[in-house]
Amino acid sequence: MVKIARWGTYLPETKEKTSGRLIEDASLPSEVVIPLCQHIGAPCDPLVEKGDRVLIGQKIGDTEAFCSAPIHASVSGEVIGVEPRPHFTGDCLLSVVIAPDGKQESVEFAGVSGKLTPQKVRCAVREAGLVGLGGAAFPTHVKLCPPEGKSIDSVIINGCECEPFITCDHRNMLEKTDLLLDGLRIIMATVEAEKGYIGIKMNKLDAIRKVEELVAGEENVKVARLDTKYPHGAEKQLIKAILEREVPSGGLPMDVGALVHNAGTTIAISEAVREGKPLTERVLTVTGPGVKNPKNLRVKIGTPIGHLIEECGGFEGEPGKVIMGGPMTGFAQFSIDVPVVKGTSGVILFPRDQVKITPHDPCFRCGRCIRACPVFLIPNFIGLYVERDMIDKAEAYSVMDCIECGLCGYVCPARRPMVQYMKYAKGKIMARRKKIS
Amino acid sequence: MSEPLELVVSAPPHIRAKETVSGIIGWVILALLPVTLMSVYVFGLYAAKIIILSVGTTVLTEAAIQRLRKIPITIGDGSAALTGLLLALILPPKVPWWIPVIGGFVAIALGKQVFGGLGYNVFNPALVGRAVLMVSWAELMAQSWLSPLGRLDAVSTATPLALMKQARVGLAQFHSAYYYKPLLFTNPGGCLGEVSALLLLVGVTILLYKRIIEWRIPASFLGTVFVLSLFTKTDPLFQVLAGGLLLGAFFMATDYVTSPMTSRGALIFGTGCGFITVLLRCFSNVSEGVTYAILFMNALTPLIDRYTMPRIYGKGKRREKSSS
Ligand code: SF4
Ligand code: SF4
Repeated sequence: MVKIARWGTYLPETKEKTSGRLIEDASLPSEVVIPLCQHIGAPCDPLVEKGDRVLIGQKIGDTEAFCSAPIHASVSGEVIGVEPRPHFTGDCLLSVVIAPDGKQESVEFAGVSGKLTPQKVRCAVREAGLVGLGGAAFPTHVKLCPPEGKSIDSVIINGCECEPFITCDHRNMLEKTDLLLDGLRIIMATVEAEKGYIGIKMNKLDAIRKVEELVAGEENVKVARLDTKYPHGAEKQLIKAILEREVPSGGLPMDVGALVHNAGTTIAISEAVREGKPLTERVLTVTGPGVKNPKNLRVKIGTPIGHLIEECGGFEGEPGKVIMGGPMTGFAQFSIDVPVVKGTSGVILFPRDQVKITPHDPCFRCGRCIRACPVFLIPNFIGLYVERDMIDKAEAYSVMDCIECGLCGYVCPARRPMVQYMKYAKGKIMARRKKIS
Repeated sequence: MSEPLELVVSAPPHIRAKETVSGIIGWVILALLPVTLMSVYVFGLYAAKIIILSVGTTVLTEAAIQRLRKIPITIGDGSAALTGLLLALILPPKVPWWIPVIGGFVAIALGKQVFGGLGYNVFNPALVGRAVLMVSWAELMAQSWLSPLGRLDAVSTATPLALMKQARVGLAQFHSAYYYKPLLFTNPGGCLGEVSALLLLVGVTILLYKRIIEWRIPASFLGTVFVLSLFTKTDPLFQVLAGGLLLGAFFMATDYVTSPMTSRGALIFGTGCGFITVLLRCFSNVSEGVTYAILFMNALTPLIDRYTMPRIYGKGKRREKSSS
């Protein structure tokens, strides 16, 4: 039996349009725009100039910094510019713009030779430019280097895919199950963990069965079946659900001996280590009521999302909202020229008539946000304080522990902009802490 | 580059649950309709007049005050109308017409708007209205009952609860079991909303099923009354059915704005309400304690909320006010 958490909410899944569709390769766009910072950490410096010819897998950006990940060309062709271009977060970031020549010539890849050692794995993962593909985009090799004194006993593969609409990890787990398990074993060996878990929600029974079949009889690798409540896939909530351990406030999973990697990332780890394949493409879901033919696509990093929308038959109805990422935490876009980056798990479209902007009402203390919050905050109090700009109070009510899952905003009958309140308060507090230190 | 599109950009989440404030309040009003209609059927058109006057006054008062304060008029959310309906349901059927008018005005003006409107009031507005009426026109509010067991045209008798109290000191004969049937099906001997416990429970079922109210407050409220009745040697079933307790426990004590939001807080709140109700019913000279019990616990709600906050994920102790 799966355990039912007392937090969280069942969201409408709306995954049925794409969960049964095989991953297709997207066609080449007329230009790719590859931002030089697609991860949390230090941005990369460009290694190419306008006019250079590049090959698939060629490094076009790198840095000395430890917490960073190099950037590779995803197509072969000519660099037509190294310039600031719009990014999905709304900023403009220095990007390498490449016009593909259609030949798709690639540099030679080579997997790790000889016996796998932790050092070789970390090196291969870093050189491949891997970052967390679930959305956070934290450099993967950093997570594989637990600092002295921290030991990791359990590795968890996050196959929850909590966000409604998105199905890329589901497809990945079904279509590349071998690589998923290989990746998991590589991670376990690298951090010397005894136990491996693959956490999958009960709405993906086919994936659960397939993985269970392959790990049947194994002592140390198990599938953890999880209830479909949102947000089980949030790192700390996942650790709690599977290991019954609570990551201390402000701490990291390794503080409780756990390490969590997303399913897509785990597959990429296997490919990076065995074949030396850099991260130049990823699987994502283009879906929503605003697109004609929703699909799961394998896409070159840097492809403008407008190209993917065309690839899926174009807009259905008048375009209203274009979201990068999931509907609970993703970013609404100004333009469809922004490129797919390593952390993009989906593009979701809503037609104009389904996008409502309603004024919000005062909080009438219904308590729905409190019952939903996976961190057990009192979101409505925090919201009321932020409304009055009482940031100290918001801090006292632990707004910094908010994981911005979006649930409080989802459930609020008064349609209050809860997540904005949280983000605003967190931003202010961070800025202040920086000033002090 | 592609043609610029007119896209909506807003913060996440980009999907929302369907529930709205007016939708929730609408369901509560709907849940009260069976009992409301029954009260008109049993007490006649005069009951309809009381209800219309009460609802009309609350809605108009809210609109007028918001107009004067030059803030958006929010009568569309239905909360004023609900207050009016609840107030009417806790009035005796034969009160003069101006009683619901004054009550409705007090409920909104004093019970709600002085605090700043929906979400900020400390006390349940309908109960504030009733409490003021009970203090100011005690006789009218207490003597307009119809005989519970007699015919509909009988006037002015003590309420069953008052009878029970007299019986405790040997002043009257009292058989609580006589009252089960009328209290459940058609009770002409109480407030409008006490007319039929069964019809009230029909509405309650809807609200529980739609998860608009949670079980914690009513269950702990009723449970406490039931258990304490055993201790005070009164008939527990009668105690639960009489005196508007069901209406109070399911529709007043569960008011979001004036009851605790935390789960543990809800249990404390309900238990407190039950305790005070029995205390007042048995040991004070007011015969009917639900109104004051809920109002008293309303006052404690901020405190209860403060001390029952859940433990935050990853934080060892209960919420300490660390940095403030
Ligand atoms: S966004 Fe933050 S406050 Fe809101 S439910 Fe999620 S964790 Fe809780
Ligand atoms: S869900 Fe909205 S209305 Fe309800 S308590 Fe939270 S903020 Fe207030």
